[in-house]
Amino acid sequence: MIRKFTKSALLLLLLALAEIATAQDGAAILEKVDANMSSDNRIFESSMTIHTKRGSRTITSKSWSEGNNKSFTEYLSPAAEKGTKMLKLEKQLWIYSPSTDRTIQLSGHMLRQSVMGSDLSYEDMMDDRKLNEIYSSEIKGQEKIGDRNTFVLLLTAKVEDAAYYTQKIWVDAERFVPLKQELYAKSGKLLKRMEMSNVIQVQGRWFPATVIYKDMLKQGDGTEFKITSIKFNQTIPPHLFTKASLKQ
Amino acid sequence: MKIALKLAWRNLTGAGLRTWLNVLVLSFSFVVIIWLKGIMTGWDHQAKTDMTQWEIGGGQYWHESYDPYDPFTLAGSHAKLPSQLENAMKAGDLTGLLLTQGAIFPEGRMMSVVIKGLDPGQSILKLPSRKLGTTASAIPAIIGNMMAKHSKLKAGDYVTLRWRNANGTFDATDVLITDIFSSNVPAVDAGQIYIPLATLQEVMLLPDEISLIVLRDKTDGWNEIPGWKYKSKAELTKQVDEMIKTKSAGQTVLYFILLLLAMLAIFDTQVLSIFRRQKEIGTYVALGYTKQQVVGLFTVEGSMHAVLAALLSAAYGLPFLAWQAKAGWTMPVDTSEFGMAIAQTLYPVYSAGLVIGTVLTVTITTAIVSYLPARKIARMNPTDALRGKLQ
Repeated sequence: MIRKFTKSALLLLLLALAEIATAQDGAAILEKVDANMSSDNRIFESSMTIHTKRGSRTITSKSWSEGNNKSFTEYLSPAAEKGTKMLKLEKQLWIYSPSTDRTIQLSGHMLRQSVMGSDLSYEDMMDDRKLNEIYSSEIKGQEKIGDRNTFVLLLTAKVEDAAYYTQKIWVDAERFVPLKQELYAKSGKLLKRMEMSNVIQVQGRWFPATVIYKDMLKQGDGTEFKITSIKFNQTIPPHLFTKASLKQ
Repeated sequence: MKIALKLAWRNLTGAGLRTWLNVLVLSFSFVVIIWLKGIMTGWDHQAKTDMTQWEIGGGQYWHESYDPYDPFTLAGSHAKLPSQLENAMKAGDLTGLLLTQGAIFPEGRMMSVVIKGLDPGQSILKLPSRKLGTTASAIPAIIGNMMAKHSKLKAGDYVTLRWRNANGTFDATDVLITDIFSSNVPAVDAGQIYIPLATLQEVMLLPDEISLIVLRDKTDGWNEIPGWKYKSKAELTKQVDEMIKTKSAGQTVLYFILLLLAMLAIFDTQVLSIFRRQKEIGTYVALGYTKQQVVGLFTVEGSMHAVLAALLSAAYGLPFLAWQAKAGWTMPVDTSEFGMAIAQTLYPVYSAGLVIGTVLTVTITTAIVSYLPARKIARMNPTDALRGKLQ
């Protein structure tokens, strides 16, 4: 009887340890992902192609960002958007439109509107905290995406203010960059899907240069976001992250 | 005075067609003014009744942060029902609504909406809240006609509703449209979706919290509740008053033009009468009338146009106005897009004050216009007038 009990207790202990080990592994993987994806600051040029029922259009921009709370974007093309600038400071967002020469501040529900008709909302662009800070992770298995082996991680929010309660993320087992990401509502409904490709190595870190965003509740083929050049940890003049720079 | 009236009647009927044309134009002014003012009163009545029944009840309490014109305030505008109102809530004398922002995705199109949590058992507002009590495979929801038109949703359709809870976490589920209501109040229809209050409180992680309270009737002593702003019915319908005031001001121009036309005709008639009836004026004076009595005679004669016009208006205007009050006036354009509480068909409401006021205004104006040219008589030389000499 005692032996039977001891066996059961040991089994339970082993299972618990395995669970902890899996969680720790998940956290470790997420940490490596954050190390690749996050930086003190970055400067990048990108193109965003929005695919809709009526066709596709491409918007190019140059962005400067510092940590999670500061970013500045200037749109370079097409002509209709050229000169439009966007400044994010903490949880506030300002947009300058050269055609009206006016700056407007977005807040509340306006932040939930899509950016230039894309599948990204302003909020999506604003929330770029490290995954490890927001989610606890659990390895759910391994899968192949194309020819790459990936860990499938289930992320569950550990902070109250996470935008998405759960996420499923496929992390390249070798390079530790996400190759696919699914964002779920608290109810479990799939809201957004991101597919990353064209993984490049920049300054010793791996980074997916192409991301296809798809709002799963909306029609359309999603938005393709391509980084054409990126530099990490550069010197960015502090005045860039001020409202005055919007009109310059 | 009796002779003056008799003479005026004789002269007016003697003038024949000219008199009846004047009377007709004046009577037209009577009917149009009463009808238009009646439409305005009817709109006022309809808008306030509809707003009371559909939106504001007998008054409201708003959470101190709530501002219906600033959607940014919705996120922070909620609190538990104040203890002072708990008994009234139990008695069914008030109902609470929780408001939050969200989006629906009909046919894959995103539409921003205000999600309103409504108690399915409430009976204060005319909203078909009992349709929210129906058990369904999805959360039951009701929307208004205008919203249904814009979203192309029908009763029985499922649509994905997305919102962010109190912590900012996205949540989404399919809701079933259980009913589509028809209301003239855009404030309860456009861009809005109603789901059961308890469900919204649960998914928003805001148990027992509400954004606004709708009262069945105003009860004294409820005014001051910390954290809540009392909005009386008069305050909530102020915009209707202002709109009607603006519209009435615009209509005054029309009344003025109508009256101007009628008064010009009467003025001309008076001038012509005095010019052509100089011998008659001289005869009156020769018979012992003072000049002021002759002026009075002509003024009575001119004013009698208004009296006859009132009688003629009654003859054809009463049946018309009565028919309009019953059948109403259906506006040729779709009013649902106007953004204010206005029915497609407006039923004019005529009060005694409106009719008496209009008759008095027109009669007094006619009397003044009749008097102005008649003043010339006082400056006439009676001898020359008797001889018919032009003066």
